[in-house]
Amino acid sequence: MKIEGKKRLWQEYQKEIATDKFFFVRSCVRQNFFPAAEQIFLRILRDTLGKSVYENPGHTTCTGIGYHCDVVPFNTTMTVVARQFALMTEAGCENLAVSCITSFGLYTEIIETWHHFPEIEEKTREYLRKATGREFNIPRNLAHASDIVYKLRNDIAAKAPHRLVNKITGQPLRVVEHIGCHYSKMFPHKGIGGAEYPYVLTGLVEALGGEIVDYPERRHCCGFGFRQYVVRANRGYSLSCSKKKFDSMEPYKPDLIITNCPGCPYFLDRWQYVVSEMEGKTYGENGHGIPVFTYEELAGLVLGYDPWDLGLQTHQVSAEPLMVKMGIPFDPEKKYLGRNGENFGRPSKPNFLKIDMDGINKEPLVLTN
Amino acid sequence: MKSVAIIGGGVAGMEAASCLSKQGIAVTIIERNEQLGGRLNQWHALFPLRVSSEPLLHKLKKELSEGVNTLLNARIIDVEKNEDGFAIHMNNSRVITADSILLTTGFDIFEAEKKEEYGYGIYDNVITSVDLEQQFRSGKPIVNATGKTPSRIGFIHCVGSRDEKAGNMHCSKVCCVTAVKQAIEVKEKLPETEVFLFYMDLRMFGRHYEELYKEAQFKYGIQFIRARLSEAFENPDGSVHIRIEDTLLAKPLKMSLDILVLMVGIQSQRKPGNLIDMLQLERDTDGFPVVSDQYISPYRTKVPGLFVAGGITGPKTIEETLADARAVTGDIKAYMKQIENFAGQERYVLEL
Repeated sequence: MKIEGKKRLWQEYQKEIATDKFFFVRSCVRQNFFPAAEQIFLRILRDTLGKSVYENPGHTTCTGIGYHCDVVPFNTTMTVVARQFALMTEAGCENLAVSCITSFGLYTEIIETWHHFPEIEEKTREYLRKATGREFNIPRNLAHASDIVYKLRNDIAAKAPHRLVNKITGQPLRVVEHIGCHYSKMFPHKGIGGAEYPYVLTGLVEALGGEIVDYPERRHCCGFGFRQYVVRANRGYSLSCSKKKFDSMEPYKPDLIITNCPGCPYFLDRWQYVVSEMEGKTYGENGHGIPVFTYEELAGLVLGYDPWDLGLQTHQVSAEPLMVKMGIPFDPEKKYLGRNGENFGRPSKPNFLKIDMDGINKEPLVLTN
Repeated sequence: MKSVAIIGGGVAGMEAASCLSKQGIAVTIIERNEQLGGRLNQWHALFPLRVSSEPLLHKLKKELSEGVNTLLNARIIDVEKNEDGFAIHMNNSRVITADSILLTTGFDIFEAEKKEEYGYGIYDNVITSVDLEQQFRSGKPIVNATGKTPSRIGFIHCVGSRDEKAGNMHCSKVCCVTAVKQAIEVKEKLPETEVFLFYMDLRMFGRHYEELYKEAQFKYGIQFIRARLSEAFENPDGSVHIRIEDTLLAKPLKMSLDILVLMVGIQSQRKPGNLIDMLQLERDTDGFPVVSDQYISPYRTKVPGLFVAGGITGPKTIEETLADARAVTGDIKAYMKQIENFAGQERYVLEL
């Protein structure tokens, strides 16, 4: 592998990313899949980096899943998205920060459509006016939240007490990155690094001291692919997609997986359990799985946030082996306690996949406070 | 004595120069490289006869009489048309004047890096047909990036040709037979190596091409699979994993190769400083310059006295390029005759 070749390509795919004064739009599914991820993004931006981020609870779905499943017509989708833009405009913001990859892809597609077909934009304005009486401006800067974390990666790294380094061996952690399809596959120039060798997460991992692993099935679908999962009869296909990736990355012994899409971390995380139950096969060290993180969770982890505030207890594959490796302090006893100390109870153990501190001999550094 | 400046000292330029000088025309070849021969310097053996390129190169050079003035390492910064013909301004402040210009600057090779998903310039064992030809020329053994003798080599046809996304709708014409030729050469050197050609169509249009194709199958056991490459990636051992669609079986196919050869296509010259743009020649939909008449006068441009021949006008074999070079001399001679007849009158109104 020639890294110079990738670097040459990365230079061709750069874009402007705003650094402050964002209007944030959330994802429909992330708050269920990885409940703390969006909150961590806001905490990093607002509390750690001192940025201004505005939200309006009145914003809705972008209709992306329905659009891509062919149940929502494009005109409806454009009008719904125009309403999000109207909320942004009403808030006096110009920079749209999008949490969901599919929303980001859809907003990009709509803005491109309007750019090439102004009459469609005019029509959408008319629909929105008739339906809601609202007017809107097109965002001056449209960025996915992972773009913003990428843009601010050096600021994050500068404030981070931890690095993506194995404290026991001193070696950089080996990281597999997985990019959501709708990030740059439709519009390569709208993504950092393009479509074939995206740099958005690689850049973050490098800044945090880790090492990216490129493996044969890197470009392969994570297993979500709406019709593979949303259509129940196709779920076996979803599982086999994820398994293909696990089998392909396994020889490289990755320490963790990082993703920038709502669906990818979910499927790469949960299907590891299903594969283990079906075949007794696990992919991590000592019977554990390969931990899967969103970019915000990973940034929060190195910034020293309490792992249980990051929602890592909701992951199927436990993050404990990685946190021990990185020398991150945590209290295993608090893993299943709610915010007010309420005990949720431990989930039942899988038959094969090791979870929590099972099989880990080294004691964790206990978080005291 | 009438004069012609030939810009580009490759196959077409050299052949036209020797033909014109033999007919009493003063010829100057302006070549930007340090030696004459153009692409011929890059090729090891020529299809379809698989003879060395050296004797042809030697012959072309020998035929250039002493009367031909050759400028090497020459850079043109501007070309001006005036009442006396053309003034060619060089970067060393020298100005070359000529009654007529013949453009024989050839073509560009498609940059394989542009097909990002094929991994050229990124994966160690992805090479182009030009790289392979140079490997043949070097006489070194055919090995992969780690020095291992390949047990399996695959050739991908039409890289940057017949590909609208790559900006080239046209067929590059010479790559099909080049792939067959190169595959045979690999088999001759490495009989145990499995060789696969993944083609879109096989366009064996020329004399002896079909025989070569048949020989590749029957004598050398080269395997031809009608397929399109979706993407390539690198295995842990550095071999190249390809994902293709077998378009006859309509099925996806995966295979690991020790070396993947991309048959890069031919495209019009687009790099900064190219003569097509410098001379403001209109480009056709395929990027090659518009000629006066595709059938009747394929070597004339809209500019009187400015002629084109060889690869600058589209993908061509060496035989076709040589034929072009000989034919264009007739047009140039006719033009010289006319400017003699119209001596003293305004030249720019002349139309052949």
